[in-house]
Parts: sequence; structure tokens; C-alpha cells
Amino acid sequence: MAEFAQQIVSGLASGAIYASLALALVLIYRSTDVINFAQGEMATFTTYTAWSLMHHGMSYWPAFALTLAIAFAGGVAVERVVIRPVERRPELVIVIVTIGLLLTINATIGWIWGADVKAFDSPFPNNTWDVHSVTISVQDVGTLGVCLLTVFLLWGFFRFTTVGLAMRAVAINPNASRLLAVRVGWMLALGWGLAAVLGAVAGMMAAPTVFLDPSMMLVILIYAFAAAVLGGIDSPAGAVVGGLSLGVVINLLSRYVNFVGTELRLPTALAVLLVVLIIRPQGLFGHKVVRRV
Amino acid sequence: MPLLELSGVEARYGPIKALHDVTLTLDDGEVVALLGANGAGKTTTLRAISGTVRRSGNVSFGGRSLGRRSPESIAKLGIAHVPEGRGLFPELTVWENLRMGAYVRGERKTIRAEAPRVLGYFPWLEERKTQQAGTLSGGEQQMLALARALVSRPRLLMLDEPSLGLAPTIVAEIFRIVRELNTEDGLSVLVVEQNAKIALESSARAYVLEVGRVAVEGASAELERHEGVRKSYLGY
Repeated sequence: MAEFAQQIVSGLASGAIYASLALALVLIYRSTDVINFAQGEMATFTTYTAWSLMHHGMSYWPAFALTLAIAFAGGVAVERVVIRPVERRPELVIVIVTIGLLLTINATIGWIWGADVKAFDSPFPNNTWDVHSVTISVQDVGTLGVCLLTVFLLWGFFRFTTVGLAMRAVAINPNASRLLAVRVGWMLALGWGLAAVLGAVAGMMAAPTVFLDPSMMLVILIYAFAAAVLGGIDSPAGAVVGGLSLGVVINLLSRYVNFVGTELRLPTALAVLLVVLIIRPQGLFGHKVVRRV
Repeated sequence: MPLLELSGVEARYGPIKALHDVTLTLDDGEVVALLGANGAGKTTTLRAISGTVRRSGNVSFGGRSLGRRSPESIAKLGIAHVPEGRGLFPELTVWENLRMGAYVRGERKTIRAEAPRVLGYFPWLEERKTQQAGTLSGGEQQMLALARALVSRPRLLMLDEPSLGLAPTIVAEIFRIVRELNTEDGLSVLVVEQNAKIALESSARAYVLEVGRVAVEGASAELERHEGVRKSYLGY
């Protein structure tokens, strides 16, 4: 029983990372109508940036904060420079641009930092708490806490600020927003900035366990896809619930179902993706797409 | 000097020309109706004013030429355009929709200052504040769209077919409110309508568009007696 609880907590920790990245995907999907395939690489890039800052003597939390600021600026810049010119093109064009972005960022990372695996510090001590004979890793609790706090702050931003409201309005109806004097282009760019911040948080939280290498977010991005689809690709709450439950389910399966083990974790996520798409394409919280002809 | 002046305005959607030569004026404090059949260019005329369609010719507002201004900056001059289909945000609440109306003038202070006045015209919105706008009935949505436009205290209100798909009593209610806004607050209104009868009853002057041109213009009371207008648009 104690071990079961332990597995749930560690599942929640990795689930929180998936949730953050899934939420980044959903944010962009809602405003730009495409899946940003480069989301994982953007996160990797910012995680390397954090590594460089710490490597040059900055301590963890200032480097963390500065990285978030850099990620935000980077996300805005990517939207303005790369996405803006193809904004009105068919969705497939934008998707291909994001795949090109994925390759470009990946190559740039290798070019700047090299391909060898680096260790990444964790801000949390490497010890455990004993709660009613359940051993909980402080690392897991810290990861869960940071991711959930980020999501919570973002929720507050969308819920309580004027700009957050305008961004939601733009995602629903850009033309009507324009008539109300909202600068739609900038709102989209802001959305990319915030998505990049979420990715940076996910990257920095994942790096201590998966280690830093140019393709570290590849697998996490697939989990994030599965989580976003499970929750409903247009639902922010769904992305969070989807991420957390996917983390827990996969962790439990790989621990208790011998057949799955560690080798079949990723295929399990893909199976979830497939099953959701077949049985309930709109996910747990998403909206059904109705095509009127 | 008129508040709004269009002269020789042309507009096109890609290769298709929707407006050929529209010239019209609207004085401060006036209600003007824009009538015409489907495809005559009524909606496009409003879009040409709010800058949401590519146009040439001159549009000036308050003596200032709108030139190539963006829709955002035209909205900032005080033109509130309630577009075809109302342009509400169905997933946002009634209150959030109203807040978006205040965005143009600084959301927080404007919504605080203007909400009481606007809710005075639509008291039922008060209890429906937290409801999603998409769950309102068609008539309620039209009134919310009108309320949202009023929150910005516009100098010119442009309504695109407010009667579309609504029951006659609700249409009458909407036009009653528009007339009241005009007589009490001096609000200037440019209204596009298929329902020529109520539009002529509620306006001082009217223009009839035919294939992207002004075909007939004059005082609304006179147009009601005009034989061509009567036959084509009033049906008797």
C-alpha cells in the first residue's frame, strides 16, 4: 500500500511535467489552430540556456527566473518572425513550419552546446519524507509544486487580467476582437511567449532526472501530445488533468504490469493517444468539432 | 460638417467588387438606415467604414480621413461596429463580453463607469452576468451585442441587421432601445436592415443600395411613400 502511494506521487510529478508541456500545446492550438511540433525543442533550448547561466556561476532560482524571461521573449520572437508570415496560410503550412523550427532549434542546440549529455542541477534536496510510512521524494513534490504553481499563475492571468481576457477573446473570435480594438497579432505572440514559459518550466523540471541532451524533450513531447489529446486538445483544464492522470497511469502500469515494464512506457502513451482518438476524439473536456456543410 | 462621410467608396473581396461607388453622410446625432437586397453591399459598406475590408475612395469620420487605418485604430476613434452574426464570444460569460466592449477605452475603469448606465437599458443582463453568452437566446445575444457596443460609449454605433432571425416583438424592443439611445443620449447610429419597415420608422434618413451603389436616398418618411422603395422593400 505504501509503495502504491509512492508510485502515485512519482507519477504525479512526471505527470505535472507532461501537463505543463501539454498546456503549452493547448495554448497555441487554441489561438493558432495548429500543434506546435517545436514546443519540445523550444523547451530544450531554454533548459540549455538555464544550464549555461548556472554554469557561469548564477545560482538556481535567479537562473530559473531569468530563463523564464528569456523563454517568453524567445516565444514572442518566434511567433513574430517565423509564424507571422504564414499566419493566414492553410494549417498544414504552419504545421510544416513548426516541424522546420523543430529541426532548426535541435541543430542549433547541438551546434552551441554539443551533443554530449550534461547533468542539470535540481533545486530540491535529494532526500525523502516519511509520511505514515509512505516514503515521498522531495524531488517529486518539488517538481509537482513548481509545475502546478506555474499552471495556477497562468490560470489567474487568463481569469483576472484584461490582457488575459483579450487573449481568450482572440482565441474564440479574432475578427470580432479586432472590432473591439484588440491588437490580435500581439495577443497571438503573447500566447507563444507564455507557451514557451510553460515549456521552459517543464524542461527545467525534467532535466535533473532525464539529463540534458539535445533530444531530451522528444519523449516528453509525445507524452504531452497524449495528455493534450486525452484532456481535449482545446481544453486547458483537460491538458492538466490529462497530463497528471497519464503520468500516474503510466507509472502504475510500468510498475505493476510486468508486461509493460520500463520498455513499453512510451508505446503505452501512444496506445492511449490512439484509443482516445478512436473512442472519444474530443477528449475528456474538449469540444466536439461540428462541421456544418 | 457631417460626423461620417463616404465619397466614391469602392471595396472588393479578392477579384470581386462588392461596392462600386458609395457616397453617403451621417450627421452627429442622426439615425441613418441602409437598406437593400441581399448582396447589395450593405454589410460591405459597414466593413469599409470599420476597415475590415480592402477599400478605396474616401471615408472620413469627425473630419478625419480614415485612410489606411487598421480596424483597431478605427475602433479607438469611437466607432462601434456590431457585425453580421453579432461577433459575441460564446464561451465567455455575459460579463466578460461586456468587459471586452470596454477594452478600447481601458477595460477596468470603463467597465466600472459605464456598466450601470448600460445595464439600465438591459436590466436582465445583471442576473445573467456569469452565464456563458452562447447559452443566451438569439434575441438576448443581440441585446448583449448591443450592450457590449454601448459600454465603449461610441460616437457612432453601426448595427448590421439586428433583426435577423428574431421574433417581431424582440425586433421592436431592440429598435425601441436604439431610438431611446438616440433621443436621450444623442447617439449617432448607422443601421443596416432587411426589415425596411422598422428601419424606416426608426431612422431620420435612409439610403437604398443596389449592386454596390446608392440607388435612392432621402428622408425615411419620404422613402416610406416612395413607390419603388415601397414595391421592392416594403411589399405593398
